[in-house]
Amino acid sequence: MRAGFRRGVNAMMAGLTAFAAFLVILPLLLILAFLVYQGASAVNLDFFTQLPKPVGEPGGGMANAIVGTLTLIGLASCLGLPLGILGGIYLAESRDRRLPWTIRFLADVLNGVPSIVIGIFAYTIVVLPMRRFSALAGGFALAVIMLPIVLRTTEELVRLVPASLREAALALGIPEWKVILRVVLPTARAGIITGVMVSVARIAGETAPLLFTAFGNRFWHHGLLQPIAALPLQIFAYAIAPYDDWHRQAWAGALVLIMMIFLSSLVARIVTRGRYSGLR
Amino acid sequence: MADGIIVRQLNAWFGALHVLRDIDMAIDPGGVTAIIGPSGCGKSTFIRCLNRMHEVVPGARAQGQVLLNGDDLYGPGVDPVQIRRRIGMVFQKPNPFPTMSVFDNVAAGLKLDGVRNHAHLDEWVERALRHAALWDEVKDELGKSGASLSGGQQQRLCIARALAVRPEVLLMDEPCSALDPIATAKIEELIVELKKDLTIVIVTHNMQQAARVSEATAFFLLGEMVEFDKTPRIFTNPRDKRTEDYITGRFG
Repeated sequence: MRAGFRRGVNAMMAGLTAFAAFLVILPLLLILAFLVYQGASAVNLDFFTQLPKPVGEPGGGMANAIVGTLTLIGLASCLGLPLGILGGIYLAESRDRRLPWTIRFLADVLNGVPSIVIGIFAYTIVVLPMRRFSALAGGFALAVIMLPIVLRTTEELVRLVPASLREAALALGIPEWKVILRVVLPTARAGIITGVMVSVARIAGETAPLLFTAFGNRFWHHGLLQPIAALPLQIFAYAIAPYDDWHRQAWAGALVLIMMIFLSSLVARIVTRGRYSGLR
Repeated sequence: MADGIIVRQLNAWFGALHVLRDIDMAIDPGGVTAIIGPSGCGKSTFIRCLNRMHEVVPGARAQGQVLLNGDDLYGPGVDPVQIRRRIGMVFQKPNPFPTMSVFDNVAAGLKLDGVRNHAHLDEWVERALRHAALWDEVKDELGKSGASLSGGQQQRLCIARALAVRPEVLLMDEPCSALDPIATAKIEELIVELKKDLTIVIVTHNMQQAARVSEATAFFLLGEMVEFDKTPRIFTNPRDKRTEDYITGRFG
Protein backbone atom coordinates (compact mmCIF):
# COMPACT_ATOMS: atom_id res chain seq x y z
CA MET A 1 0.00 0.00 0.00
CA ARG A 2 2.86 2.37 1.00
CA ALA A 3 4.88 1.23 -2.00
CA GLY A 4 1.91 1.84 -4.27
CA PHE A 5 1.54 5.35 -2.92
CA ARG A 6 5.25 6.04 -3.35
CA ARG A 7 5.18 4.82 -6.93
CA GLY A 8 2.17 6.98 -7.63
CA VAL A 9 3.91 10.08 -6.29
CA ASN A 10 7.03 9.17 -8.25
CA ALA A 11 5.09 8.83 -11.51
CA MET A 12 3.31 12.11 -10.87
CA MET A 13 6.51 14.05 -10.17
CA ALA A 14 8.28 12.48 -13.15
CA GLY A 15 5.36 13.52 -15.32
CA LEU A 16 5.37 17.02 -13.85
CA THR A 17 9.09 17.58 -14.51
CA ALA A 18 8.77 16.26 -18.07
CA PHE A 19 5.80 18.57 -18.64
CA ALA A 20 7.77 21.56 -17.29
CA ALA A 21 10.68 20.72 -19.58
CA PHE A 22 8.29 20.55 -22.52
CA LEU A 23 6.75 23.92 -21.59
CA VAL A 24 10.21 25.46 -21.68
CA ILE A 25 10.74 24.60 -25.35
CA LEU A 26 7.12 25.21 -26.31
CA PRO A 27 7.61 28.93 -27.04
CA LEU A 28 10.48 28.09 -29.41
CA LEU A 29 8.34 25.54 -31.24
CA LEU A 30 5.46 28.02 -31.50
CA ILE A 31 7.74 30.80 -32.76
CA LEU A 32 9.20 28.48 -35.39
CA ALA A 33 5.79 27.28 -36.49
CA PHE A 34 4.47 30.81 -36.68
CA LEU A 35 7.47 32.05 -38.66
CA VAL A 36 7.24 29.17 -41.10
CA TYR A 37 3.49 29.75 -41.50
CA GLN A 38 3.87 33.49 -42.11
CA GLY A 39 7.23 33.72 -43.80
CA ALA A 40 8.00 30.51 -45.66
CA SER A 41 6.09 31.64 -48.73
CA ALA A 42 8.42 34.65 -49.16
CA VAL A 43 11.64 32.65 -48.73
CA ASN A 44 12.91 31.84 -52.21
CA LEU A 45 16.10 32.17 -54.20
CA ASP A 46 15.43 35.89 -54.82
CA PHE A 47 15.28 36.48 -51.11
CA PHE A 48 18.91 35.40 -50.77
CA THR A 49 20.24 36.98 -53.98
CA GLN A 50 18.29 40.19 -54.64
CA LEU A 51 18.40 43.65 -53.15
CA PRO A 52 15.17 45.09 -51.73
CA LYS A 53 12.92 46.49 -54.46
CA PRO A 54 11.62 50.07 -54.30
CA VAL A 55 8.19 50.63 -52.79
CA GLY A 56 5.44 49.34 -55.04
CA GLU A 57 7.55 46.90 -57.02
CA PRO A 58 6.87 43.31 -55.96
CA GLY A 59 9.61 40.75 -55.20
CA GLY A 60 13.17 41.55 -54.25
CA GLY A 61 15.13 40.09 -51.36
CA MET A 62 17.36 40.81 -48.42
CA ALA A 63 20.71 39.64 -49.77
CA ASN A 64 22.40 42.83 -48.56
CA ALA A 65 20.95 42.44 -45.06
CA ILE A 66 22.04 38.79 -44.82
CA VAL A 67 25.57 39.70 -45.86
CA GLY A 68 25.38 42.72 -43.56
CA THR A 69 24.41 40.66 -40.54
CA LEU A 70 27.20 38.17 -41.24
CA THR A 71 29.67 41.05 -41.63
CA LEU A 72 28.55 42.65 -38.38
CA ILE A 73 28.80 39.33 -36.52
CA GLY A 74 32.26 38.84 -38.00
CA LEU A 75 33.40 42.31 -36.93
CA ALA A 76 31.97 41.90 -33.45
CA SER A 77 33.63 38.48 -33.11
CA CYS A 78 37.02 39.82 -34.20
CA LEU A 79 36.83 42.36 -31.40
CA GLY A 80 34.83 40.49 -28.79
CA LEU A 81 36.05 36.90 -28.89
CA PRO A 82 39.80 37.37 -28.36
CA LEU A 83 39.22 39.95 -25.63
CA GLY A 84 36.47 37.94 -23.97
CA ILE A 85 38.33 34.63 -24.03
CA LEU A 86 41.66 36.07 -22.89
CA GLY A 87 39.91 38.06 -20.18
CA GLY A 88 37.97 35.00 -19.08
CA ILE A 89 41.21 33.05 -18.74
CA TYR A 90 42.59 35.87 -16.62
CA LEU A 91 39.55 35.87 -14.35
CA ALA A 92 39.76 32.11 -13.87
CA GLU A 93 43.51 31.80 -13.47
CA SER A 94 44.54 34.94 -11.65
CA ARG A 95 45.75 34.52 -8.11
CA ASP A 96 44.85 38.08 -7.32
CA ARG A 97 41.46 38.43 -5.68
CA ARG A 98 40.34 42.04 -5.81
CA LEU A 99 40.83 42.94 -9.48
CA PRO A 100 39.11 39.81 -10.87
CA TRP A 101 36.26 40.34 -8.40
CA THR A 102 35.81 43.90 -9.63
CA ILE A 103 35.99 42.93 -13.29
CA ARG A 104 33.52 40.09 -12.76
CA PHE A 105 31.09 42.43 -11.04
CA LEU A 106 31.39 45.11 -13.72
CA ALA A 107 31.02 42.53 -16.50
CA ASP A 108 27.77 41.38 -14.94
CA VAL A 109 26.60 44.98 -14.78
CA LEU A 110 27.59 45.47 -18.43
CA ASN A 111 25.64 42.33 -19.30
CA GLY A 112 22.57 43.97 -17.79
CA VAL A 113 22.93 47.31 -19.58
CA PRO A 114 20.07 47.70 -22.08
CA SER A 115 21.35 47.26 -25.61
CA ILE A 116 19.98 50.64 -26.69
CA VAL A 117 22.29 52.28 -24.17
CA ILE A 118 25.21 50.41 -25.66
CA GLY A 119 24.06 51.74 -29.03
CA ILE A 120 24.19 55.29 -27.71
CA PHE A 121 27.63 54.59 -26.27
CA ALA A 122 28.90 53.35 -29.63
CA TYR A 123 27.26 56.33 -31.31
CA THR A 124 29.12 58.69 -28.99
CA ILE A 125 32.56 57.18 -29.20
CA VAL A 126 32.62 55.82 -32.77
CA VAL A 127 29.95 57.46 -34.91
CA LEU A 128 30.36 61.06 -33.73
CA PRO A 129 34.18 61.25 -34.00
CA MET A 130 34.11 59.58 -37.42
CA ARG A 131 31.13 61.69 -38.49
CA ARG A 132 29.46 58.74 -40.16
CA PHE A 133 27.33 55.68 -39.48
CA SER A 134 29.34 52.60 -40.32
CA ALA A 135 29.56 48.84 -40.21
CA LEU A 136 32.51 49.36 -37.89
CA ALA A 137 30.39 51.24 -35.37
CA GLY A 138 27.72 48.51 -35.53
CA GLY A 139 30.34 45.80 -35.05
CA PHE A 140 31.77 47.71 -32.11
CA ALA A 141 28.36 48.01 -30.43
CA LEU A 142 27.69 44.29 -30.89
CA ALA A 143 31.16 43.44 -29.59
CA VAL A 144 30.42 45.35 -26.38
CA ILE A 145 27.24 43.29 -25.94
CA MET A 146 29.11 40.08 -26.69
CA LEU A 147 32.07 40.72 -24.38
CA PRO A 148 30.60 40.06 -20.93
CA ILE A 149 28.88 36.88 -22.12
CA VAL A 150 32.08 35.44 -23.62
CA LEU A 151 34.13 36.65 -20.66
CA ARG A 152 31.94 35.01 -18.03
CA THR A 153 31.32 31.72 -19.86
CA THR A 154 35.02 31.31 -20.59
CA GLU A 155 35.79 31.98 -16.94
CA GLU A 156 33.20 29.49 -15.70
CA LEU A 157 34.35 26.78 -18.10
CA VAL A 158 38.05 27.27 -17.39
CA ARG A 159 37.22 27.09 -13.69
CA LEU A 160 35.38 23.80 -14.24
CA VAL A 161 38.54 22.11 -15.50
CA PRO A 162 39.56 19.95 -12.53
CA ALA A 163 42.56 21.17 -10.56
CA SER A 164 43.91 17.62 -10.78
CA LEU A 165 44.51 18.00 -14.55
CA ARG A 166 46.31 21.28 -14.06
CA GLU A 167 48.47 19.69 -11.36
CA ALA A 168 49.18 16.65 -13.51
CA ALA A 169 50.44 18.91 -16.27
CA LEU A 170 52.44 21.17 -13.96
CA ALA A 171 54.02 18.14 -12.31
CA LEU A 172 55.30 17.04 -15.73
CA GLY A 173 57.41 20.18 -15.79
CA ILE A 174 55.23 22.00 -18.29
CA PRO A 175 55.28 25.80 -17.91
CA GLU A 176 52.02 27.31 -16.72
CA TRP A 177 51.18 29.14 -19.96
CA LYS A 178 51.52 25.89 -21.92
CA VAL A 179 49.40 24.09 -19.34
CA ILE A 180 46.63 26.63 -19.89
CA LEU A 181 46.98 26.61 -23.68
CA ARG A 182 47.39 22.88 -24.28
CA VAL A 183 45.60 21.19 -21.40
CA VAL A 184 43.12 23.55 -19.74
CA LEU A 185 41.70 25.25 -22.84
CA PRO A 186 41.25 22.05 -24.90
CA THR A 187 39.43 20.50 -21.96
CA ALA A 188 37.11 23.50 -21.72
CA ARG A 189 36.89 23.97 -25.50
CA ALA A 190 33.45 22.54 -26.19
CA GLY A 191 31.90 24.59 -23.40
CA ILE A 192 33.63 27.79 -24.46
CA ILE A 193 32.42 27.32 -28.02
CA THR A 194 28.88 26.82 -26.74
CA GLY A 195 29.25 30.12 -24.87
CA VAL A 196 30.55 31.80 -28.00
CA MET A 197 27.56 30.51 -29.97
CA VAL A 198 25.17 31.81 -27.32
CA SER A 199 26.77 35.24 -27.58
CA VAL A 200 26.66 35.14 -31.40
CA ALA A 201 22.99 34.19 -31.30
CA ARG A 202 22.35 37.02 -28.90
CA ILE A 203 23.99 39.71 -31.06
CA ALA A 204 22.64 38.34 -34.34
CA GLY A 205 19.18 39.45 -33.33
CA GLU A 206 20.08 42.79 -31.73
CA THR A 207 18.27 45.69 -33.37
CA ALA A 208 18.41 48.66 -31.02
CA PRO A 209 22.20 49.16 -30.90
CA LEU A 210 22.35 49.07 -34.70
CA LEU A 211 19.75 51.81 -35.22
CA PHE A 212 22.25 54.63 -34.87
CA THR A 213 25.51 52.80 -35.55
CA ALA A 214 25.21 50.49 -38.55
CA PHE A 215 22.14 52.52 -39.47
CA GLY A 216 20.90 50.18 -42.22
CA ASN A 217 21.28 50.43 -45.95
CA ARG A 218 18.90 49.52 -48.79
CA PHE A 219 21.84 48.74 -51.05
CA TRP A 220 25.13 46.88 -50.87
CA HIS A 221 27.59 48.53 -48.56
CA HIS A 222 30.93 49.74 -49.88
CA GLY A 223 33.54 49.11 -47.25
CA LEU A 224 33.28 48.92 -43.50
CA LEU A 225 33.20 52.69 -43.11
CA GLN A 226 29.78 52.90 -44.76
CA PRO A 227 26.34 52.26 -43.29
CA ILE A 228 25.45 48.60 -43.60
CA ALA A 229 22.19 46.66 -43.72
CA ALA A 230 21.35 44.06 -41.09
CA LEU A 231 18.51 41.55 -40.92
CA PRO A 232 17.03 42.81 -37.64
CA LEU A 233 17.04 46.40 -38.95
CA GLN A 234 15.45 45.36 -42.22
CA ILE A 235 12.85 43.28 -40.38
CA PHE A 236 12.06 46.26 -38.17
CA ALA A 237 11.75 48.63 -41.14
CA TYR A 238 9.57 46.22 -43.11
CA ALA A 239 7.37 45.22 -40.19
CA ILE A 240 6.33 48.81 -39.43
CA ALA A 241 5.73 49.63 -43.12
CA PRO A 242 2.13 49.64 -44.37
CA TYR A 243 2.60 47.11 -47.21
CA ASP A 244 1.49 43.47 -47.02
CA ASP A 245 4.31 42.40 -49.31
CA TRP A 246 6.87 43.95 -46.96
CA HIS A 247 5.24 42.29 -43.96
CA ARG A 248 5.68 38.91 -45.62
CA GLN A 249 9.33 39.74 -46.29
CA ALA A 250 9.78 40.77 -42.66
CA TRP A 251 8.46 37.37 -41.57
CA ALA A 252 10.76 35.69 -44.05
CA GLY A 253 13.70 37.71 -42.71
CA ALA A 254 12.91 36.61 -39.17
CA LEU A 255 12.69 33.00 -40.31
CA VAL A 256 16.05 33.21 -42.10
CA LEU A 257 17.68 34.88 -39.08
CA ILE A 258 16.46 32.13 -36.76
CA MET A 259 17.55 29.41 -39.17
CA MET A 260 21.02 30.99 -39.42
CA ILE A 261 21.38 30.94 -35.65
CA PHE A 262 19.97 27.43 -35.41
CA LEU A 263 22.28 26.03 -38.08
CA SER A 264 25.41 27.69 -36.74
CA SER A 265 24.68 26.39 -33.24
CA LEU A 266 24.13 22.92 -34.66
CA VAL A 267 27.34 23.01 -36.70
CA ALA A 268 29.29 24.26 -33.68
CA ARG A 269 27.89 21.42 -31.60
CA ILE A 270 28.83 18.79 -34.15
CA VAL A 271 32.27 20.21 -34.92
CA THR A 272 33.20 20.44 -31.25
CA ARG A 273 31.95 17.02 -30.35
CA GLY A 274 35.51 15.80 -30.93
CA ARG A 275 36.92 12.36 -30.41
CA TYR A 276 37.53 12.72 -26.72
CA SER A 277 35.03 14.74 -24.81
CA GLY A 278 36.20 17.39 -22.43
CA LEU A 279 33.61 19.41 -20.56
CA ARG A 280 30.39 20.40 -22.24
CA MET B 1 77.56 11.83 -7.38
CA ALA B 2 74.15 10.38 -6.69
CA ASP B 3 73.51 11.20 -3.10
CA GLY B 4 69.71 11.15 -3.20
CA ILE B 5 67.47 13.75 -1.64
CA ILE B 6 68.54 15.65 1.42
CA VAL B 7 65.94 17.72 3.24
CA ARG B 8 67.04 20.30 5.79
CA GLN B 9 64.80 22.36 8.04
CA LEU B 10 61.84 22.20 5.70
CA ASN B 11 58.79 24.18 6.82
CA ALA B 12 55.53 24.65 4.93
CA TRP B 13 52.44 26.74 5.41
CA PHE B 14 48.93 27.09 4.00
CA GLY B 15 48.27 30.75 4.70
CA ALA B 16 48.86 31.12 8.44
CA LEU B 17 48.57 27.38 9.06
CA HIS B 18 51.95 25.83 9.77
CA VAL B 19 51.64 22.31 8.29
CA LEU B 20 55.24 21.08 8.21
CA ARG B 21 57.74 21.79 10.98
CA ASP B 22 61.51 21.53 10.65
CA ILE B 23 61.70 18.34 8.63
CA ASP B 24 65.19 16.86 8.27
CA MET B 25 65.54 13.77 6.16
CA ALA B 26 68.05 12.02 3.91
CA ILE B 27 66.46 9.84 1.24
CA ASP B 28 68.84 7.32 -0.29
CA PRO B 29 69.08 7.17 -4.07
CA GLY B 30 67.33 4.18 -5.63
CA GLY B 31 64.83 2.20 -3.62
CA VAL B 32 61.53 3.17 -2.11
CA THR B 33 60.91 5.46 0.82
CA ALA B 34 57.41 5.32 2.32
CA ILE B 35 55.77 8.15 4.23
CA ILE B 36 53.06 7.05 6.64
CA GLY B 37 50.91 8.86 9.15
CA PRO B 38 47.31 9.78 9.90
CA SER B 39 45.31 12.08 7.62
CA GLY B 40 46.32 15.70 7.88
CA CYS B 41 49.79 14.97 9.25
CA GLY B 42 51.48 16.73 6.32
CA LYS B 43 52.76 13.73 4.38
CA SER B 44 51.23 14.83 1.07
CA THR B 45 52.42 18.37 1.67
CA PHE B 46 55.87 16.99 2.33
CA ILE B 47 56.21 15.20 -1.00
CA ARG B 48 54.60 18.14 -2.81
CA CYS B 49 57.42 20.25 -1.39
CA LEU B 50 59.95 17.90 -3.00
CA ASN B 51 58.93 18.90 -6.54
CA ARG B 52 57.73 22.38 -5.63
CA MET B 53 54.10 21.55 -6.30
CA HIS B 54 53.12 22.77 -2.83
CA GLU B 55 53.46 26.40 -3.87
CA VAL B 56 50.97 25.88 -6.73
CA VAL B 57 48.12 26.12 -4.23
CA PRO B 58 47.13 29.75 -3.61
CA GLY B 59 48.41 30.93 -0.24
CA ALA B 60 50.82 28.04 0.19
CA ARG B 61 54.53 28.53 0.77
CA ALA B 62 57.54 26.51 1.82
CA GLN B 63 60.92 27.33 3.31
CA GLY B 64 64.04 25.33 3.87
CA GLN B 65 66.50 23.34 1.84
CA VAL B 66 65.88 20.35 -0.42
CA LEU B 67 68.96 19.01 -2.19
CA LEU B 68 68.60 16.65 -5.12
CA ASN B 69 72.02 15.17 -5.90
CA GLY B 70 73.51 18.32 -4.48
CA ASP B 71 71.31 20.91 -6.24
CA ASP B 72 69.19 23.05 -3.93
CA LEU B 73 65.64 22.95 -5.27
CA TYR B 74 64.74 26.06 -3.27
CA GLY B 75 67.88 27.94 -4.19
CA PRO B 76 67.65 31.45 -5.66
CA GLY B 77 66.85 31.54 -9.37
CA VAL B 78 65.84 27.89 -9.52
CA ASP B 79 62.97 27.33 -11.97
CA PRO B 80 60.29 25.02 -10.53
CA VAL B 81 59.48 23.89 -14.08
CA GLN B 82 62.97 22.42 -14.44
CA ILE B 83 62.68 20.78 -11.00
CA ARG B 84 59.45 19.05 -11.98
CA ARG B 85 61.10 17.56 -15.06
CA ARG B 86 63.60 15.84 -12.78
CA ILE B 87 61.04 14.79 -10.18
CA GLY B 88 57.88 13.19 -11.54
CA MET B 89 54.64 12.81 -9.62
CA VAL B 90 51.70 10.42 -9.54
CA PHE B 91 48.55 11.53 -7.77
CA GLN B 92 45.94 9.91 -5.59
CA LYS B 93 43.21 9.87 -8.21
CA PRO B 94 44.20 8.79 -11.72
CA ASN B 95 44.13 12.01 -13.77
CA PRO B 96 44.79 11.30 -17.46
CA PHE B 97 44.15 14.26 -19.78
CA PRO B 98 40.58 13.66 -21.00
CA THR B 99 41.07 15.39 -24.35
CA MET B 100 44.07 13.25 -25.28
CA SER B 101 44.54 9.70 -26.54
CA VAL B 102 46.54 7.10 -24.63
CA PHE B 103 49.55 7.89 -26.82
CA ASP B 104 49.25 11.65 -26.41
CA ASN B 105 48.84 11.32 -22.66
CA VAL B 106 52.17 9.55 -22.41
CA ALA B 107 53.78 11.85 -24.96
CA ALA B 108 52.37 15.01 -23.35
CA GLY B 109 55.44 15.89 -21.31
CA LEU B 110 57.72 15.41 -24.32
CA LYS B 111 55.48 17.06 -26.89
CA LEU B 112 54.84 20.10 -24.74
CA ASP B 113 58.59 20.37 -24.26
CA GLY B 114 58.94 20.68 -28.00
CA VAL B 115 59.84 17.14 -29.08
CA ARG B 116 58.49 16.81 -32.63
CA ASN B 117 60.38 13.81 -33.96
CA HIS B 118 57.80 11.04 -34.46
CA ALA B 119 60.26 8.19 -34.32
CA HIS B 120 61.58 9.45 -30.99
CA LEU B 121 58.09 9.95 -29.61
CA ASP B 122 56.99 6.48 -30.69
CA GLU B 123 60.05 4.94 -29.11
CA TRP B 124 59.81 6.85 -25.84
CA VAL B 125 56.08 6.33 -25.47
CA GLU B 126 56.47 2.60 -25.99
CA ARG B 127 59.34 2.47 -23.52
CA ALA B 128 57.36 4.39 -20.91
CA LEU B 129 54.28 2.21 -21.38
CA ARG B 130 56.37 -0.97 -21.12
CA HIS B 131 58.06 0.46 -18.06
CA ALA B 132 54.63 1.08 -16.52
CA ALA B 133 53.53 -2.48 -17.42
CA LEU B 134 50.69 -1.17 -19.54
CA TRP B 135 52.05 -1.69 -23.05
CA ASP B 136 50.56 -5.15 -23.64
CA GLU B 137 47.10 -3.96 -22.60
CA VAL B 138 46.97 -0.83 -24.75
CA LYS B 139 49.36 -1.35 -27.66
CA ASP B 140 46.49 -1.95 -30.09
CA GLU B 141 44.45 1.02 -28.99
CA LEU B 142 46.90 3.84 -28.48
CA GLY B 143 44.51 6.17 -30.27
CA LYS B 144 41.69 5.62 -27.83
CA SER B 145 40.82 8.16 -25.15
CA GLY B 146 42.94 7.91 -22.01
CA ALA B 147 39.80 8.38 -19.94
CA SER B 148 38.25 5.21 -21.39
CA LEU B 149 40.70 2.90 -19.60
CA SER B 150 39.87 1.23 -16.29
CA GLY B 151 40.90 2.93 -13.05
CA GLY B 152 43.99 0.76 -12.56
CA GLN B 153 45.02 1.19 -16.19
CA GLN B 154 44.52 4.93 -15.90
CA GLN B 155 46.83 5.05 -12.90
CA ARG B 156 49.50 3.08 -14.78
CA LEU B 157 48.95 5.46 -17.72
CA CYS B 158 49.68 8.34 -15.33
CA ILE B 159 52.82 6.53 -14.19
CA ALA B 160 53.87 6.05 -17.82
CA ARG B 161 53.19 9.74 -18.45
CA ALA B 162 55.46 10.66 -15.54
CA LEU B 163 58.16 8.20 -16.66
CA ALA B 164 58.19 9.41 -20.27
CA VAL B 165 60.09 12.57 -19.35
CA ARG B 166 62.67 10.32 -17.64
CA PRO B 167 62.74 11.79 -14.15
CA GLU B 168 65.35 10.91 -11.54
CA VAL B 169 62.76 10.69 -8.78
CA LEU B 170 59.13 9.57 -8.77
CA LEU B 171 56.79 10.87 -6.07
CA MET B 172 53.60 8.89 -5.49
CA ASP B 173 50.82 10.41 -3.43
CA GLU B 174 48.64 7.50 -2.25
CA PRO B 175 48.67 6.04 -5.77
CA CYS B 176 46.49 3.06 -4.86
CA SER B 177 43.87 4.60 -2.63
CA ALA B 178 41.32 4.83 -5.45
CA LEU B 179 42.03 1.33 -6.78
CA ASP B 180 40.76 -2.17 -6.07
CA PRO B 181 43.10 -4.82 -4.55
CA ILE B 182 44.02 -6.39 -7.90
CA ALA B 183 44.95 -3.07 -9.48
CA THR B 184 46.78 -2.19 -6.26
CA ALA B 185 48.82 -5.39 -6.46
CA LYS B 186 49.80 -4.53 -10.05
CA ILE B 187 50.95 -1.05 -9.05
CA GLU B 188 52.95 -2.52 -6.16
CA GLU B 189 54.69 -4.99 -8.48
CA LEU B 190 55.41 -2.08 -10.74
CA ILE B 191 56.93 -0.05 -7.88
CA VAL B 192 59.25 -2.93 -7.05
CA GLU B 193 60.27 -3.06 -10.73
CA LEU B 194 60.73 0.73 -11.04
CA LYS B 195 62.93 1.19 -8.00
CA LYS B 196 65.78 -0.43 -9.88
CA ASP B 197 66.17 2.75 -11.95
CA LEU B 198 64.52 5.43 -9.87
CA THR B 199 64.27 6.91 -6.42
CA ILE B 200 60.66 6.52 -5.31
CA VAL B 201 58.95 8.33 -2.47
CA ILE B 202 55.46 7.04 -1.77
CA VAL B 203 52.83 8.38 0.59
CA THR B 204 50.47 5.67 1.75
CA HIS B 205 47.71 5.11 4.23
CA ASN B 206 48.18 1.42 3.92
CA MET B 207 50.84 0.22 6.34
CA GLN B 208 51.03 -3.24 4.77
CA GLN B 209 51.79 -1.51 1.50
CA ALA B 210 54.58 0.49 3.10
CA ALA B 211 55.96 -2.71 4.62
CA ARG B 212 55.75 -4.58 1.30
CA VAL B 213 57.35 -2.08 -1.06
CA SER B 214 59.68 0.18 0.87
CA GLU B 215 63.20 -0.01 2.24
CA ALA B 216 62.82 3.02 4.50
CA THR B 217 59.77 4.46 6.21
CA ALA B 218 59.08 7.84 7.77
CA PHE B 219 56.28 8.37 10.25
CA PHE B 220 54.72 11.83 10.26
CA LEU B 221 52.42 13.21 12.92
CA LEU B 222 50.93 16.71 13.19
CA GLY B 223 53.39 18.18 10.73
CA GLU B 224 56.47 16.69 12.33
CA MET B 225 58.58 13.75 11.36
CA VAL B 226 58.47 11.49 14.37
CA GLU B 227 60.70 8.71 13.14
CA PHE B 228 62.58 7.72 10.01
CA ASP B 229 64.35 4.41 9.73
CA LYS B 230 64.68 1.17 7.82
CA THR B 231 61.20 -0.20 7.18
CA PRO B 232 61.60 -3.47 9.13
CA ARG B 233 62.82 -1.53 12.13
CA ILE B 234 59.87 0.90 12.02
CA PHE B 235 57.38 -1.93 11.90
CA THR B 236 59.00 -4.29 14.39
CA ASN B 237 60.93 -2.17 16.80
CA PRO B 238 60.11 1.53 16.60
CA ARG B 239 62.02 3.88 18.84
CA ASP B 240 59.18 6.28 19.46
CA LYS B 241 56.09 5.43 21.49
CA ARG B 242 53.86 7.40 19.05
CA THR B 243 55.11 5.35 16.09
CA GLU B 244 54.36 2.18 17.97
CA ASP B 245 50.87 3.39 18.86
CA TYR B 246 50.18 4.26 15.24
CA ILE B 247 51.42 1.06 13.63
CA THR B 248 49.64 -1.08 16.18
CA GLY B 249 46.43 0.79 15.38
CA ARG B 250 45.99 2.52 18.70
CA PHE B 251 45.22 5.86 17.04
CA GLY B 252 44.95 7.42 13.60
